[in-house]
Amino acid sequence: MSVLLNVENLKTYFRTYRGLVKAADGVSFSVNEREIVGLVGESGCGKSVSMLSVLQLISTPPGEIVGGKVLFDGKDLLQFDAKGPQMCSIRGGKIAMIFQEPMTSLNPVLTIGRQLTEMLELHLHMDKEAARERAAELLRLVGIPDPETRVHDYPHQFSGGMRQRVMIAMALSCNPRILIADEPTTAVDVTTQSQLLELMKDMVMRFNTSLVVVTHNLGVVARYVQRIYVMYAGRIVESGLSKDIFAHPRHPYTIGLLKCVPRLDEAQGRKLVPIDGLPPNLIGMPPTCAFLPRCGAKIERCTYEPWPALRLVGHEHYVSCYVDTQEMR
Amino acid sequence: MAREGAVGAGVTEMPPRYSEFQRFCSVFFSRSLVLIGLIITVAAVILALFAPILAPYDPNKQNLSQRLLQPSREHLLGTDALGRDTLSRIIYGSRASLMVSAGALFVATFVGVLLGLIAGYFGGIAYMFIMRFIDALMAFPTILLALVIAGLLGGGLTNIVLALGIGLISSFARLMCAQVLSVKENDYVLAGRAMGASDLRMMFMHILPNSFPPLIVQVSLWVGFAILSEAGLSFLGVGIQPPTAAWGAMINDGYKYLLTNPALSFAPGVAIMLVVFGFNMIGDGLRDALDPRLRGRL
Amino acid sequence: MSGFIVHRLIQTVFVLILVSLIVFVVMRFLPGDPILLYLSEDQVRNFTPQQIAEVRAQFGLDKPVMVQYVDWMRGLFRGDFGISMSYRIPVWEEISRRLPITFYLGSIAFVVSILLGIPMGLIAAVRRGKWSDTVATLLANLGITLPVFWLGILMIYLFGLYLRWLPTFGYTSPFENFWLSTRQAIMPVICLTIFATASSARQTRSAMLEVIQQDYIRTAWAKGLKERVIILRHALKNSLIPVVTLKGISLRNIFGGSVLVETVFNVPGMGRLAVDAMMSRDYAIVQGVILIIAVVVCLANLIVDISYSWLDPRIRYG
Repeated sequence: MSVLLNVENLKTYFRTYRGLVKAADGVSFSVNEREIVGLVGESGCGKSVSMLSVLQLISTPPGEIVGGKVLFDGKDLLQFDAKGPQMCSIRGGKIAMIFQEPMTSLNPVLTIGRQLTEMLELHLHMDKEAARERAAELLRLVGIPDPETRVHDYPHQFSGGMRQRVMIAMALSCNPRILIADEPTTAVDVTTQSQLLELMKDMVMRFNTSLVVVTHNLGVVARYVQRIYVMYAGRIVESGLSKDIFAHPRHPYTIGLLKCVPRLDEAQGRKLVPIDGLPPNLIGMPPTCAFLPRCGAKIERCTYEPWPALRLVGHEHYVSCYVDTQEMR
Repeated sequence: MAREGAVGAGVTEMPPRYSEFQRFCSVFFSRSLVLIGLIITVAAVILALFAPILAPYDPNKQNLSQRLLQPSREHLLGTDALGRDTLSRIIYGSRASLMVSAGALFVATFVGVLLGLIAGYFGGIAYMFIMRFIDALMAFPTILLALVIAGLLGGGLTNIVLALGIGLISSFARLMCAQVLSVKENDYVLAGRAMGASDLRMMFMHILPNSFPPLIVQVSLWVGFAILSEAGLSFLGVGIQPPTAAWGAMINDGYKYLLTNPALSFAPGVAIMLVVFGFNMIGDGLRDALDPRLRGRL
Repeated sequence: MSGFIVHRLIQTVFVLILVSLIVFVVMRFLPGDPILLYLSEDQVRNFTPQQIAEVRAQFGLDKPVMVQYVDWMRGLFRGDFGISMSYRIPVWEEISRRLPITFYLGSIAFVVSILLGIPMGLIAAVRRGKWSDTVATLLANLGITLPVFWLGILMIYLFGLYLRWLPTFGYTSPFENFWLSTRQAIMPVICLTIFATASSARQTRSAMLEVIQQDYIRTAWAKGLKERVIILRHALKNSLIPVVTLKGISLRNIFGGSVLVETVFNVPGMGRLAVDAMMSRDYAIVQGVILIIAVVVCLANLIVDISYSWLDPRIRYG
């Protein structure tokens, strides 16, 4: 399996009137061919920002990508101008992204068909007729009933779940190598959630696309994702194969996350243990490990050493921690 | 040890938070244009308040031997057709502009807010009637309506204030109504009613105070328009009665002497522009600083 | 959408009724004695009480207020707006002579404000922070601070008297002498349109700035569309929606501006008529003028609302 996307040490900061927010502070991850990767973490940990940075979709005041490399297809995407022709041809054409809010992510004054055909005309250079047919086909593929008529409808005439399907159709319409899904199921109800995830998995297999799912929902991750990156306060704290992370979590944060989630295979009556404390304020972060105030496994070393680097603890399993939590279990 | 029930060290420490006031100040004072506007406005208010001290001459004192003088050291802006010092008249003219505008806005805000509260809170027929009435009022151009009402009532300060005030009611009523409608569904309103608070109490103690920020912004944005309208009215001869100095009327008086004494018409216009500009900048600044959507961004 | 149109039509009828009520109340109760609508002040002074009583009866001023209102409305629909004291002709005749003139100048001003103001606002929003934004915003802010009558006077001074490029006053119909008509119309139209253009620019700019932050614009970027396409195809239509709704108010302001501009440039239009009639206490004309202007504004608002519903598919297709 070859590497499609390799992000190295990505740093994206935001200047606010309250100070400098280091939303992504040295994030590194990679995506291989034909794989489903999950980026997990609580709200505000920097996962969305990292993915937006890959496509240079960060609004430049107040945000700024200050460092790192995004290697795709042999080139560093961050070297390209954010509004330039190279980035524009990659967005949608090679790397596509769908967002969290289906209700507001579609333009209310253009028909669904138009919003589909414009991509097809742009990236695949189809003519109007062919694009229109393909648009209807795509809608059918994602499970929208009566696609030939629906193609002329406006977004407000679709439900939330259907709009998300339309977004998926739009994203995959030009056969991108990678699809990034930023919290794709957060804004829809539970039944629709599983439908959408099945759809995405199906589409991804069919189109031979890799999928990156950004979410805070571990349930989503467990079922669909092959490799996981766990993020906290702007950095990756643990990464590895899905089954390894779930079976043997190593970082105290990951352990804490898994303890919050009820599992079907355990005895009833186990208390769900929340992680104590509040999410960190990303302004004025100390140089030590960001999880320190909430960590149950900390040792003396954690209080004066800087944020630990990722170290290998198993097959493709990395952890950013000074403590060997395996001893403690 | 990752035991069940073991907890971490407690709450993360947060850095000290900016107060709302500090945030407001940092946004409001950050734009130089807004600061300039503030300076101009304060200067205008000072001129109006301290006119008797600041003006070099009596603005109404006619001196027919000194008619139509060009700007000189004794008369920095020259004199008009009746020998009155232009500069002094401009300084005193600020009183007319500011008093009329302030008065008219007060009337408009008072009536408009009341109408908006009633329409928004009680809904139904009240809403329909009041909103259509506002629409009807808005069909008349402000200057025209003020011209007619002031003309019919006779000139003088009170009548002008009333006339202009009536013309400005509509936007405040609309704003207030929209505020009430958006706030009405908020939980604290429902909670208040569940506790048995009377309608009046809800309106005045809860809804109204929360509507102050957009209301203040609206007022500041309309001051400029009120001043321009007042100038237009006094230009047409309706308004503060002569011989009291008013900028619009001064422009009209100077019209005849355009080629010989351009300063007579030029100066009052510049004065109007400066003051309107000042208030507009403050209005823009307030809007940016109080806009809830801009919170947290510069 | 037809439901929307019907609803707005009914609303407009209701508003028009209220407009007529406002005019009725203002003109009858404010001057003190409504007899002034039918007699000039001189006549009131010179007539005997008996003659005045006769006039009252003749015009129904002794009847109850409601009846007076109904009679008046009936008269309006027949085209009877009363007789002008100063011009000694039916009010409607004078108004119908003047209305096209104000309409002509006002329409040009309105169209210019759209053609000039909207692109200005667009550029300012898209190039936010750059010099083109600063210039455009400054010009727009200047436009709303200028006293329109003062600008008129300055222009007369500069272009009429000093440079002698343009005639300083008057009006000729474009059908009679197009070139002269245009030369005479340039300055008044500029004065009329300045405020409207500046307003349009400001509104378009802030509407665009808001639209640009919306999620669907981010989606458009994520699809790889180029900036120009995003602005023109995705952003513009959305930002025009709030701007269009404000265009109706703009028309009302243009009418207001014409009161001052026509006075300065001596253009025989509706605005000038209102001022002259107020000065000469010709209340019948005043009544007619404000009524007609308000009606025109209402109808214009109706058209604006209907076109706005066409722009916004959420209203068109419920």
